[in-house]
Amino acid sequence: MDTILKAEHVVKIFDTQKKSSTKAVDDVSFELRKGEVLGIVGESGSGKSTIARMITGLIPITSGEISVKDVQKKNKRQLYDKVQMVFQNPVGSFNPRKTLGYGIGESLKNKGINKDVIDKRVGELLNLCGLEKEYAKKYPHEVSGGQCQRAAIARALAIEPEILICDEATSALDVTVQKQIMELLIKLKKEKELSVIFICHNLALVQMFCDRVIVMCNGKMVESGTADEVINNPKDDYTKNLIDSVYC
Amino acid sequence: MEFNEAILSYDSVDISYNGQKVVKDVSFQLHKGEILGLVGESGSGKSTLIKACMGILGDGGMVTRGDIHFGQKNLIDLPEKELRQIRGADIGMIFQDAGASLSPIRTVGDQIIESQMAHGKISREKAKENAFSLFEKLNFREVDRVWNSYPFELSGGMNQRVGIAIALLMNPPILLADEPTSALDVSVQRQVVEEMIRCRELFGTSIIIVTHDIGVVSAMADTVLVLKNGEMMEYGKASEVLNNPQNDYTKLLLSAVPKLVRK
Ligand SMILES: Nc1ncnc2c1ncn2[C@@H]1O[C@H](COP(=O)(O)OP(=O)(O)OP(=O)(O)O)[C@@H](O)[C@H]1O
Ligand SMILES: Nc1ncnc2c1ncn2[C@@H]1O[C@H](COP(=O)(O)OP(=O)(O)OP(=O)(O)O)[C@@H](O)[C@H]1O
Ligand SMILES: [Mg+2]
Ligand SMILES: [Mg+2]
Repeated sequence: MDTILKAEHVVKIFDTQKKSSTKAVDDVSFELRKGEVLGIVGESGSGKSTIARMITGLIPITSGEISVKDVQKKNKRQLYDKVQMVFQNPVGSFNPRKTLGYGIGESLKNKGINKDVIDKRVGELLNLCGLEKEYAKKYPHEVSGGQCQRAAIARALAIEPEILICDEATSALDVTVQKQIMELLIKLKKEKELSVIFICHNLALVQMFCDRVIVMCNGKMVESGTADEVINNPKDDYTKNLIDSVYC
Repeated sequence: MEFNEAILSYDSVDISYNGQKVVKDVSFQLHKGEILGLVGESGSGKSTLIKACMGILGDGGMVTRGDIHFGQKNLIDLPEKELRQIRGADIGMIFQDAGASLSPIRTVGDQIIESQMAHGKISREKAKENAFSLFEKLNFREVDRVWNSYPFELSGGMNQRVGIAIALLMNPPILLADEPTSALDVSVQRQVVEEMIRCRELFGTSIIIVTHDIGVVSAMADTVLVLKNGEMMEYGKASEVLNNPQNDYTKLLLSAVPKLVRK
């Protein structure tokens, strides 16, 4: 399989006002292959969302490098067309004064696609994510947490990205809807060779759907391997402790 | 486990947003020291149901039928002024969207001190001391940094823990927890669940926990209510609902739970 994204020795340091600084990501390297679902699991506060935000160019990298196949460095337009993200906090990621349908169709509108085509596509995307097309007319505060999360997934899929980053994208969904979304992602992976970075605290879900897994702890990547290797034969103490904490 | 007095009771409650009914005829009782797990479909009305007793449904949202009793008081008729006294101190809430429930422009420490001082006689020093000792239990790595941070400087799960701390520090007799562990790794999740169980043991706290995580429900709930499309599908003892579900939707839900395969 071809490599579609490569992170090499990536470091992120946040400097805060009180002259203190936080090393949120500490020398992390990994590859994402085309058509692969790569899970990122680990400690809360270990730098998972920070990695996602650096990949999508939302925040600068302190040192190291992230390269995406066929995207020139610093070309935000190209990057946006290829890499889309579902944010950890779906409600905050929509403009509160615009409908969900507007938010989902916005990237298509920017491409100059006409309104009727967009409306139809928005309806289809909502259906794919288990929502009726009427939800296009609702505002973010008028829907439940899980409904908003599904609208965020629909939005990320609108321009058919090659790489999808899901930051806790299924954490507000009940298990039946969660299953539907995972099946959708697997279908896109098979049919369109979509590559997915799947950040998730649910280890069972990761085991079921991810090809490979990275484990993060305190800014560092402490382990990586196939989902089964990491879960059934963890090498690192943090990973062992994490797996032992699962309720069941 | 045996329960005595009901501390919170919902009686045939309907709730609508702008005339559209989203919760239909829901009744249940929460007793002192009881932990009720509220589960069900996304959009089925779980958040709506627990927001109703706090009077925080927002514009367009209202209870259109039924009563919600907290002790002798019917919360539906209560004026805003009285409700405000109940919120936080008598009925604490952990919000589904923890980050958004915090003020973006003030530090975590300031917000925690303010919420504690608003309801009781407590010094700043004591408030900070209480918070720090709870922070340790919630597995924060750098307690001082968290205290001095603004919410945007913290991760999703760190903000969620701040929300949990704010609610627990008030030590309310009733705690409504809306997806309190959805952004937490499983090891921190376990700490939070244990902390809530400890509150029940030490203070007899009654808890409603809304969650999609059936593992969490089976670890802590005494009773379970299953909601779909605003209606009650099943309500009973946790051991019975989880081990021997009667309703088709409950069966479907339980069968879809992904399980870790250990070899
Ligand atoms: N804007 C910021 N300014 C300062 N520190 C930040 C900022 N954003 C994140 N951090 C810090 O970086 C670290 C990593 O945060 P990040 O959000 O990447 O964690 P995470 O692994 O996604 O955690 P969670 O599972 O809780 O969502 C945390 O210690 C956090 O406090
Ligand atoms: N402010 C509002 N205005 C109009 N409709 C609303 C509003 N808030 C929620 N709804 C609708 O009410 C229904 C119940 O929403 P609620 O947030 O209670 O669901 P939930 O069970 O908490 O779902 P989730 O598990 O996804 O968080 C949903 O269909 C939602 O779209
Ligand atoms: Mg995160
Ligand atoms: Mg909800």
